[in-house]
Amino acid sequence: MRSRKDNIFLGIDWILVLFYFVFIFLGWINIYAATISENQFDLLNFTTEYGKQLIWIGFSIPIILLILMFEAKFYEKYAVIIYVSFLALLAGLFVFGKNINGSTSWYAIGNFSLQPSEFAKAATALAIAKLVSDKMFNLKKLSTQMQALLLLFFPAILIILQPDPGSALVYGAFIFVLYREGLPFYYITVGFIALFLFVITLILGYQVTLISSLVLFICILLYFIFYRPRAFRKGWIKIIGIYLMSALFIFSVDLVFNHVFKQHHRDRFNIILGKTVDMKGVGYNTRQSVTTIASGGFFGKGFLEGERTQGNFVPAQTTDYIFTTVGEEWGFVGSAFVILLFMAFLLRIINRAEQQKAKFSRIYGYSIVAIFFMHFVINIGMVIGLVPTIGIPLPFFSYGGSALWGFTVLLFIFIRLDANKTYEW
Amino acid sequence: MKRTGLLSFLIIFIGIIYILRLFYLQVLDNTFNTPTLNNSAVKVMYDYPERGYVFDRNGILLVANQLSYDIMVIPREVKPMDTIAFCALLKITKEEFIEKIERASRYSTRIPSTFLQQVSKDDYASLQEILYKFKGFYIQKRSLREYPKNSAANVLGYISEVNEAMINNNPKYHLGELIGTAGVEKSYEEVLRGTKGVKFIQRDRFNKEIGSFKNGLYDTLPISGNDITLTIDAVLQQYGEALMANKRGGIVAIEPSTGEILAMVSMPTYDPNLMVGRDRSKNFTKLYLDSVSKPLLDRGLQAQYPPGSPFKVISALVALQENVINTGSSIQCFGGYKYGSGKGSFMRCHCETGGSRVDLNVAIYRSCNSYFATAYRKVIDKFPTPTEGVNVWGKHAESFGLGNYLDNDLSVGQKGNIPNGNLYNKIYPNGRWRSTATISNAIGQGEVLTTPIQLANMTAAIANEGFYYIPHIAKKIKGKPLDKKFTTPIYTTIDKKHFKPVIEGLFDVFENPRGTARGSRVEGLEISGKTGTSENPHGQDHSIFIAFAPKDNPKIAIAVFVENGYWGSRWAGPIATLMIEKYLTGKIGRPLVEESMMKGSIQEEYDKQLK
Repeated sequence: MRSRKDNIFLGIDWILVLFYFVFIFLGWINIYAATISENQFDLLNFTTEYGKQLIWIGFSIPIILLILMFEAKFYEKYAVIIYVSFLALLAGLFVFGKNINGSTSWYAIGNFSLQPSEFAKAATALAIAKLVSDKMFNLKKLSTQMQALLLLFFPAILIILQPDPGSALVYGAFIFVLYREGLPFYYITVGFIALFLFVITLILGYQVTLISSLVLFICILLYFIFYRPRAFRKGWIKIIGIYLMSALFIFSVDLVFNHVFKQHHRDRFNIILGKTVDMKGVGYNTRQSVTTIASGGFFGKGFLEGERTQGNFVPAQTTDYIFTTVGEEWGFVGSAFVILLFMAFLLRIINRAEQQKAKFSRIYGYSIVAIFFMHFVINIGMVIGLVPTIGIPLPFFSYGGSALWGFTVLLFIFIRLDANKTYEW
Repeated sequence: MKRTGLLSFLIIFIGIIYILRLFYLQVLDNTFNTPTLNNSAVKVMYDYPERGYVFDRNGILLVANQLSYDIMVIPREVKPMDTIAFCALLKITKEEFIEKIERASRYSTRIPSTFLQQVSKDDYASLQEILYKFKGFYIQKRSLREYPKNSAANVLGYISEVNEAMINNNPKYHLGELIGTAGVEKSYEEVLRGTKGVKFIQRDRFNKEIGSFKNGLYDTLPISGNDITLTIDAVLQQYGEALMANKRGGIVAIEPSTGEILAMVSMPTYDPNLMVGRDRSKNFTKLYLDSVSKPLLDRGLQAQYPPGSPFKVISALVALQENVINTGSSIQCFGGYKYGSGKGSFMRCHCETGGSRVDLNVAIYRSCNSYFATAYRKVIDKFPTPTEGVNVWGKHAESFGLGNYLDNDLSVGQKGNIPNGNLYNKIYPNGRWRSTATISNAIGQGEVLTTPIQLANMTAAIANEGFYYIPHIAKKIKGKPLDKKFTTPIYTTIDKKHFKPVIEGLFDVFENPRGTARGSRVEGLEISGKTGTSENPHGQDHSIFIAFAPKDNPKIAIAVFVENGYWGSRWAGPIATLMIEKYLTGKIGRPLVEESMMKGSIQEEYDKQLK
């Protein structure tokens, strides 16, 4: 077995590599469609976004080869160092960073800018994998849970301070990884209940929510008193405690929403919840992207035929709103295809991750699925008007070198780890 | 295993939700799905065709188009430039320049606005060569209406921007487009307008144009409007306007053998060129608000007056047709007609026949009220009830095109009024009325109302001895046959034989030494006509005249109406005969009459009414 170690290409999951190139290709033609105008036809114009993206794609090949060159052990061994150095890079932004569009997320080297937060995801994933794969690590214990959360907290808080809260939100995805590795289920439950209460409170207002939850609570209480008197006697403090916590949460949602959130944050939620109807001001982005997608119809208008895309009606159409181009020019058929492709891609990584013998590789695999999944849910959800406006890229589709390379690194480290399993017993 | 399944489950779950959402947006929900050519990303540009020209019956140009040049500006694209040279070029001051730029910028910095309207042709020529130096400015050509003859404003009408109601009714029109809103411009809008060309232009979210949509696949070229030849004789029309100067009223002249309208004068009028271009709305408002002289009212078509004595011709014809009189029947007139026992039941008569026998011929040329009152009463009383009588009488009158719209190709009109029995049943409930209550109808007063064009048409029907063609204004339309209804004769309910004696009477109005229009007689022309004085409770009586000539084979039938013109032969008579003379001979043998008509004014009478 060890003789095959030199030729890692035999172990590579070519299906994932194929997914990667299909995504890159689809992403690029949509960037092309969104950028091109009728009087520009030169394919290799490197001043345009599609031209530049072609350069980023070109450079991703040596990056991939570099990643594949390293031993799988290397990533496990140096995970902490990589993590710490990226924390340093993120912290360094506050001194050397370049401010683009209001957030200091970039290092500028000449004309060229890099966004370390796109790579910090991979570093964090490695660190989490390293931490959680330790044989002594037990996620049932509160102290270890805190270790893991702290590890996620550092990059997240550095990114929030840039400020780029959208990118920081992605770190929430690690809850799925930790759950997979033994985190108690109630974390997930609490998370979903909190999300549910948050949305309900925003829709109904906190008074109504409080009153209706009180009614529900009394019903549950009565049920326990009359049908489960023993359970009631044992757990009444818990039940009341849960209710009080939820009530406090509902109350604080209102407080936070109205007093801590800024107006543009409130607007974004209100638009999604249908409470604000302002299609020219704050609702412009969402309306334009939804209208553009809807105008595609079943079969779409065809490549380069989307006049809303051509007219640049959608803001940031090559980056965060790239999916609108798919929706307009390729219609329901095309956009459903892309979603199915993403689903298959994510499920494939889960499938590969579960087959890893090494715990480190499995956790890393899970981490990247969670990260890709988070980007997928937030980005497409935002574009189709189901999720508030949170500007994070669609993996492999959105224009931008850092994002593309960040996702490439994320994926190919896993492919490298995965390639090892066949010979490393 | 539960723990491994959660993320997979969420991936599938959310994936399906997103696909369903997309299905809803892209396939089920049509509210977003505007048609491709009708959404905000595609701009529709219209290429306006040249509107058709309008000519008179002899080929004289009445309405044409003039090119106008507007300087347009896109404020965003304006680059620093030699402002002083630019201002000098456009002949504006620097302050004006700044003000205009600011106004355009306020509207939009990216969409073209009009910077300066209607630059002259000469300026255009010099500008064209140099304007390229001034980025952001360009010249837009527009076609404006031009009326070479300052005449016939009421006939020709004008065009104006469509309003919202029109757009809603007719999707062919868009905001800012022009539509004929009066006169021939309105009634022949479809012919004159042509078909506009359309260009689809792709634009971005700032409405900036970025090229043609789908390489012009859906674009069309404009098709010019068709020219129209009118039945109007421009020379006669202008002559009529000159004769009517300083008077209010209308003249309508018709060719009896075709129903073609030779002239249609309405006074006071306005210069049709006022309704063109920059000052249109200002001028329109001024004309529209002039509630004293009402220049926008076409008095030839819209003014309803009691017709007065010319209507006696109808009374005579109806009585002959109903066989209650014959040409030999005669009465004696002692200055009036007593139709009841009351003191007021007396109709005065000015025929001055002093008790001698008045037969039909005398009655017409002396305009004897008593005679026609008698004849009218005989008609009504022939029937068991006065209701029936008035209805039969009314039917005869209506067969001359009175009391209803003429259904012609003019943009406005009025019904006039021919009373029927029901009207009197309403006025006198319980059926307590008799023929005498309606006796004023006999002499064209009472409830009878007509418009000048109806009177002219009635005259044409008399001249034709029993039929008329619907009076119309279009003679020839390029590429389109004239509507059949204008070439089909409409017969009156009066037999042809009854017209001869009546026409003789009308002829004697001029020829008999005692005829009421003896003074307007034209040497060498056989004119038949009838004077009229329409009683006006609000002021001075109106002067009315109908005539046609020559007596045999009539070429022109005319009705003249002069508001507050005292009596028929005072103004309307001379004007009518001058018109006939001008039309038939092309020259005027009575220069003094002509001069007194052209210079004569009734302004004093009009001023009196204002007090």
